[in-house]
Amino acid sequence: MIAEIVQLIVNGVMAGTVLAVPAIGLTAMYAVLRFPNFSVASHATVGAFAGYMANVQFGLPIVPSVAIAFAVAGVFGVATDEVVLKPLRPAGYMATAVASVALTIALENVVRFAFGNDQRGYDLPIFRDWRLGEIRIGPQQVENLAIAAAVMTALFLFLAFTRTGKAMRAVADNPTLAGIKGINAVVVARLVSFVGMGLAGLGGMLLGLDTTIDPLTGFRAILSIFAAAVVGGLGSIPGAVIGALTIGVGEELCLLFLSPDYRSAVGFMAILLVLTLRPRGILGERAY
Amino acid sequence: MENYLIATAVFGCIYALLTLGLNVVWGMAGIINLGLAGFFAVGAYVSALLTLKLHVPIAVGLVAGAIVAAASGTVVALITARLRGDYLAIVTLGFSEAVRIIASNEIWLTNGTDGISGIPGPYRGQITPELFNLLFLGIVVVAVAVVMCLAERLRASPFGRVLHAIRDDEQVTAVAGKHVIAFKVKAFAVSAATMGLAGALYGHYTSYIAPDIYSPLITINIVLALVAGGRGNNYGSLVGAFLVVFVLEATRFLAPLAKGLSHVQVAALRELIISVGLIVILRYRPTGLLAERRPRIRLTDDKPAAAGS
Repeated sequence: MIAEIVQLIVNGVMAGTVLAVPAIGLTAMYAVLRFPNFSVASHATVGAFAGYMANVQFGLPIVPSVAIAFAVAGVFGVATDEVVLKPLRPAGYMATAVASVALTIALENVVRFAFGNDQRGYDLPIFRDWRLGEIRIGPQQVENLAIAAAVMTALFLFLAFTRTGKAMRAVADNPTLAGIKGINAVVVARLVSFVGMGLAGLGGMLLGLDTTIDPLTGFRAILSIFAAAVVGGLGSIPGAVIGALTIGVGEELCLLFLSPDYRSAVGFMAILLVLTLRPRGILGERAY
Repeated sequence: MENYLIATAVFGCIYALLTLGLNVVWGMAGIINLGLAGFFAVGAYVSALLTLKLHVPIAVGLVAGAIVAAASGTVVALITARLRGDYLAIVTLGFSEAVRIIASNEIWLTNGTDGISGIPGPYRGQITPELFNLLFLGIVVVAVAVVMCLAERLRASPFGRVLHAIRDDEQVTAVAGKHVIAFKVKAFAVSAATMGLAGALYGHYTSYIAPDIYSPLITINIVLALVAGGRGNNYGSLVGAFLVVFVLEATRFLAPLAKGLSHVQVAALRELIISVGLIVILRYRPTGLLAERRPRIRLTDDKPAAAGS
């Protein structure tokens, strides 16, 4: 029993670290652009398929493939934001949020048109699980965890120490003041779309590495991604990490008494619970 | 062919009910609801299960479907009422996904992803399928007419005016002494009840429901219907609903023209048309075809010195 729980917690931490990547993307975009961007789902799918092309068609190893997933999803993110969402932002968050749902279905169908509905798997070397006593750990999961951790570290360094990173945080904090200080909000918005959707795409690929991918890969993860961001506090990047770990571990621990199919319902329950008890989330700002 | 046209008209009416329901929250009160598919599903499952397993009359099933949908709408609204609208977007979308997950997994109750078949319809089996189609068309037309009347009454009533006020400025409405949260929750319940009724009717008409039917795509279809028809305008909702059903059906006939495309690709193209259509209308004609007529308030006073001067 104890071993089982420890195993689930280990799995949960690894799943949560991977989940943190798209959750950070979502929350960063929310912090700057101020609307819940549901097209995170389709960008995760786009990234997963871009990585698939790089990995399977061009035979690249995982790390360069992941970089390509990031870049392609990021470019898609900037392009769709320029064309679809940015012109709607003055009309308010509602029109923009609705358009982002339409956008996610549109992009998902572009992927479906190109690749079909089949399940596809990445080209991965197969390893036997490592065993530490009774705990089993998959080398692929460890690689995913390492990639996710490296990406997050890079992001934190970027936000903390570079001029551009500081500009992004300034706009998120107080757009008017940032404007007075001469920070170009349009450029920052593009940058955050690129990084945010890039992270979504990278996260989509990492989520797919464990299993298979299809056009709904991103959408299936969206409840968990949003749950991570809301539990941590929408708009807070450290919050997204804590939220993702909470959701990851929570989803695994629920396997003790729920069927695995309810995994993503756990995210929804977590959203309801947090919004009822502490709407701002663990590290967020006021939610009303 | 007649049967196909009648069936299309029935679906048009069911879409119209959903759109009218969405109009109450989104059009009138300016509250977002991306979980429409969830309320639609709740109504469908409640009515189907009651009539199939407990053999209650269909009319009771319809009412029960609407009531349970309204109750779930109330819960969703209560949890998010104090929060900013963007949280409501997340919670409602999550709600519809949660409903889908439950419907797919509680196999003892819902038969899982296989869905429920053999849902009774009024006089189904006792009359010819043609007559059944016509009868059901009559039922949904009456349902749309009744809901339409109620929605128009609602729009013009003091309740409706408060909803408009909430949409335009929540804070001012609160200052005017209106209990904003109570109004929002009530509007949400009314809207969810309409969607639940639509879902129940859908199940009794097609005799088959499955979790797949309640994907976010249907939410987008209805949002498109409302935006295209004109937010806040009940007649616009009707026009928009039939327009969307027309587009959905028309693209079905275009499919054979696109040679060399697989089924999946054609299906993808149709979904693409709907979602891109919504984006285009939101951008270029956000008021829709039938823009809401808003009461004009004269700022310059025609009758000077009415009193006190």
